[in-house]
Amino acid sequence: MSTAALMPDQAGTTWRERLRGPGGRGVLGRLQSTGPAGIASACVIAVATFAAVFGTLLAPYNPVLANLSLAWVGPTGGHLLGYDVEGRDVLSRLLAGAPTSMLGPLAVVVLSMTAGTLLAIAAAWRRGAVDAVISSGLDIVFAFPGILLAVLATAVFGAGLPAATIALSIAYTPYVARVLRGAALKERSQAYVAALEVQGVSAPRICLRHIVPNMLPLIIAQATIMFGWAMVDLAAISFLGLGVQPPSPNWGVMISENQAGIMQGYPLPALTAGICIVVVVVAFNVLGERLLAEAGQ
Amino acid sequence: MLGRFLARRLAMLVASLLVASFIIFAAVYAAPGNPISALSGGRALPASAVAILEQRYHLNEPFFVQYWYWLSNALHGNLGISITLRENVSSLIASRIWTTAGLVAYASVLIVIFGIGLGILSGLRRGIADTGTLVVTAISAAIPGFVAAIVLILLFAVELGWFPALGNGTGFVSNLRHFTLPAVALAISSLAIVARVTRASVRTESEREHVQTAVSRGIPARQLIRRHVLRNAAIPITTITGITIASLIALDAVIETAFSLNGLGAYLVQAAESKDLAVVQGISLVLVTAFVVVNLIVDLLYAVLDPRVTLGSRAQ
Repeated sequence: MSTAALMPDQAGTTWRERLRGPGGRGVLGRLQSTGPAGIASACVIAVATFAAVFGTLLAPYNPVLANLSLAWVGPTGGHLLGYDVEGRDVLSRLLAGAPTSMLGPLAVVVLSMTAGTLLAIAAAWRRGAVDAVISSGLDIVFAFPGILLAVLATAVFGAGLPAATIALSIAYTPYVARVLRGAALKERSQAYVAALEVQGVSAPRICLRHIVPNMLPLIIAQATIMFGWAMVDLAAISFLGLGVQPPSPNWGVMISENQAGIMQGYPLPALTAGICIVVVVVAFNVLGERLLAEAGQ
Repeated sequence: MLGRFLARRLAMLVASLLVASFIIFAAVYAAPGNPISALSGGRALPASAVAILEQRYHLNEPFFVQYWYWLSNALHGNLGISITLRENVSSLIASRIWTTAGLVAYASVLIVIFGIGLGILSGLRRGIADTGTLVVTAISAAIPGFVAAIVLILLFAVELGWFPALGNGTGFVSNLRHFTLPAVALAISSLAIVARVTRASVRTESEREHVQTAVSRGIPARQLIRRHVLRNAAIPITTITGITIASLIALDAVIETAFSLNGLGAYLVQAAESKDLAVVQGISLVLVTAFVVVNLIVDLLYAVLDPRVTLGSRAQ
């Protein structure tokens, strides 16, 4: 029996009511309670996600085919944002760059949230020595800043998104675990956990079916904020030339490729890529902070 | 009690550094490729030369013995030799460390003065200025350093021509001019975060009962702010300022690359691209040490500002 089963029967409701959930605790209900700024951010995130899934198909021109005679040509009829350093359509490169720019952070968030949640719950469940070992171990690993670990990983295992993504996931995990440990300890000391233990429910089952679902609002809020950070860090790695490799389109790569244009009076290609990053990151930050406030942290 | 706290924190510092140095060494040890061919630049060597190299670099020893040799050498300031420049890594680092230290120090000063200042102002005054600060800091907190860099170059170097766009400059005044845009780019998102946290804690403290009582007793505003509001708000402000300043050490690689500065961070990136692993190890070690030491200083400040911390850290 999960805590969700204690909620009233949802049969016979419209899909709309079901999404809003009992007492506005469904997906839409929660989103609505984040206010206009939260909803606007969610819309931005939805558009970015759409571009990440369909961007390559939506790109009106070939995003990697160079034509140096068109380099730095400004916006014209069919090319809303003009051409970049190698004469490629900027809009097509922005669209085709969305997948690598969004999927990397997604992988970082999924990996580090999973590892961090498991560590936090293990520490909170066993308490005592296990908690002490996990907590001080995390404090020690915390000494490695994410970007630095990613640069080290790419130096050793070769430049590219996989090495950078795994390194960032490892660097973020202690942070996640630290934040969630407190909430997990609070859940652990609730009466319902003791009641389930007395009934002989196994520890993994209590953790996965009851504690994690009750921590979910906090986990989702934290994941939303982490996505913004991961996006900035991965774009920085690609900007440094250690992440996504040119000519593959990516927003971070586009800034470093077109940085020379700023000095020569053609700032549009670098600026538009920068704007894409900032807009998406602001949306994730704002929504994440609202969700965090909703989660009561 | 303070002695025990210090001992505990120092032990943590040493453990952190050991783990970090171990990660740095193990990563390079696990790297694909043969160290002999890296040393010879890919040329085939006679067996006698291979034997000499193996002995000199302890290549036949077990992993932990090699780690020990590397660590004790590093502690004596010997970080090996760069394979691209054929020079001592230590002296290569020494020639670049002041650029990085200067940049981080400059950015830290900006964060302390403008971040905390802005936070206190908007925390004490409600209204348009406060709302404006909130919106501006929400956006600037999300601006990555390299995006800030291109915008600053575009506005202040290309359009207005106030500051040079690239390079280090020579002499103090020229350095200061060359470092201004990089320092702002490095500081901007941290500055926004510090301003937000400062604002929130000043606001919370000024709504506390003892402050309201002090107001009703007619205590002058200046004294009230300094003695009752800021003194209590100082703890979260110090923490967030310290954490963000420590994080500058990692972000600095991006800013140095964007502005073509000749510092440790940009050199780390070049070394990573050219797989000059001794340099990568050396610079990573220096930067992680700086990061851990700054974090330790923050913790100690925290204990000085709040006497309860020493007791609290044990009871938890």
